[in-house]
Amino acid sequence: MLLSVSDLTVAYAGVEAVSGVSFSVGEGELVSIIGANGAGKTSILNAVMGLIPSSGGRIEFDGTNVTRLPSHLRARRRMRIVPERARVFAHLTVRENLLVGAYGLRKAIDLQKKLEWLYGFFPVLEERSAQLARTLSGGEQQQLSIARALISDPKLLLVDEISMGLMPKLVETVFEALRDLNREHGITILLVEQNALASLRISNRGYVLEAGRIALEGNADALVRDAGVREAYLGI
Amino acid sequence: MSTYFVTISTFIAIQAIVAYGLNIIVGYAGQISLGHAAFFGIGAYTAGLLSTKAGLSFWAALPIVLLICGALGVILGLPSLRVREDFLAITTIGINFIVEAVFLYVPFFGGAMGLGGIPKIVFFGVRLKGESLLALCLVCLAFVILICWWFTKSWAGLGCRAIASDETAASSMGISPVRFKLLAFVLGTVIAGLGGALYAHRMGFITPADFGFPVSTMMLSIIVLGGMGTLWGPLLGAIILGALPEVFRPLADYRMLLYGALLLLMVRFQPGGLLGDASVLMNLLKRMKGGDRHAG
Ligand SMILES: Nc1ncnc2c1ncn2[C@@H]1O[C@H](COP(=O)(O)OP(=O)(O)OP(=O)(O)O)[C@@H](O)[C@H]1O
Ligand SMILES: [Mg+2]
Repeated sequence: MLLSVSDLTVAYAGVEAVSGVSFSVGEGELVSIIGANGAGKTSILNAVMGLIPSSGGRIEFDGTNVTRLPSHLRARRRMRIVPERARVFAHLTVRENLLVGAYGLRKAIDLQKKLEWLYGFFPVLEERSAQLARTLSGGEQQQLSIARALISDPKLLLVDEISMGLMPKLVETVFEALRDLNREHGITILLVEQNALASLRISNRGYVLEAGRIALEGNADALVRDAGVREAYLGI
Repeated sequence: MSTYFVTISTFIAIQAIVAYGLNIIVGYAGQISLGHAAFFGIGAYTAGLLSTKAGLSFWAALPIVLLICGALGVILGLPSLRVREDFLAITTIGINFIVEAVFLYVPFFGGAMGLGGIPKIVFFGVRLKGESLLALCLVCLAFVILICWWFTKSWAGLGCRAIASDETAASSMGISPVRFKLLAFVLGTVIAGLGGALYAHRMGFITPADFGFPVSTMMLSIIVLGGMGTLWGPLLGAIILGALPEVFRPLADYRMLLYGALLLLMVRFQPGGLLGDASVLMNLLKRMKGGDRHAG
């Protein structure tokens, strides 16, 4: 397993938001965690990336225990996150945002080629490359955030609510892009989504999170067919 | 050039150098420092002691001065940079008071009487004073501006600016917050040390009060006025704040009040400073160039 999380607990000021969650993502897989508002999806991803401390459990990435590793050292092992609400560097230009994503990887990747590849995916980023990131629209910032994570050639990509604030047509494009990245480029992806149907459609496996605990897990198509899931999350 | 003009210009150049150091810490790396004068003082005292007690020339002492300022920057900066941002303001004020107290109460540093008899800088047998000293200060200033320009274009500078913008996001891209904050802090203290060395040799006589908290406040006022994180802001700020008390002599006693009011007004109405983007001055400059981007 590329990522295996066991008994993860996250608490804010003593109140548990995630209680003993275990899951794993194998190399080359695309896995979704779906759940309602406040279920603890963002808390899980942030704890995996090391952006918030976990109060219990163990996180293993690429054969190493990273539970106590600061986030920049997890990033150096090629774990990247597309955080909730994009979090682009507001006072840096679009191009500088992308360069930060490639920080410390000058030798490992062909920067120019990567930029061209990303501009192919997101042409608007090329048009706006000299513009400050804070002047981008919400959807454009979301695209920048994805590109900024992808430029590093991540082994594991954590994606938090990527569809938020994107127009329906772009949601489709972005989900297709994620599938492409997973199938054609072999990038392992852990997806967290409220848009359950769209995310399960492109996933291999899925977990259903309810109030900080895993309520259900299985193959993505099995989950889509599951009556309870259909009613609670898919609205069909 | 009149002596008066040369004197004022020399002080402005030295203050600008020190302010450029602060700009790297506050403007580029986003770490508020209210104790920058401490490192200005450490540079001045080190240069003063090395020339009076050890008999070193300005040039021989300079590398040592910069090294000591950098080392003390690491030692004093590291614990401060690990604390939360709002504490940073407090701890840096603390550093300023402690350093000033050390100069004041440790006899080795000359106490309240200060440190005197610091010789003029000698350059190829010429004792620098007046215009030739101003020339040296301007060369140093140009060099510092060049370093700042290079820093903004460098990967290290990019890392610092990313941290200033969003520390959490930056660390999730593999950038170590502590390492880059420290880098900016030390670069800033070394530049302050250069300003201090020039100041000591210019004055010939320094006292602890020359490097007190009010001086730190003035440095901050300079970069807030000119534009934090801009390349030319510290220079503009130093010129305005250096020339203003001369123009309005009667105001000299109210300097601190003036700086305080200025800080508040700038933060309220022009938080980006005079040279920040979208400031009144920048908009004016853009319009004069005829390149009104909004029209296109
Ligand atoms: N910084 C915080 N301080 C206190 N409580 C928090 C904090 N962040 C999250 N929580 C709480 O933890 C719980 C889980 O939040 P989390 O953001 O992980 O949910 P989520 O599944 O991502 O929700 P959404 O779909 O709305 O993004 C919520 O009850 C939330 O109120
Ligand atoms: Mg969330």
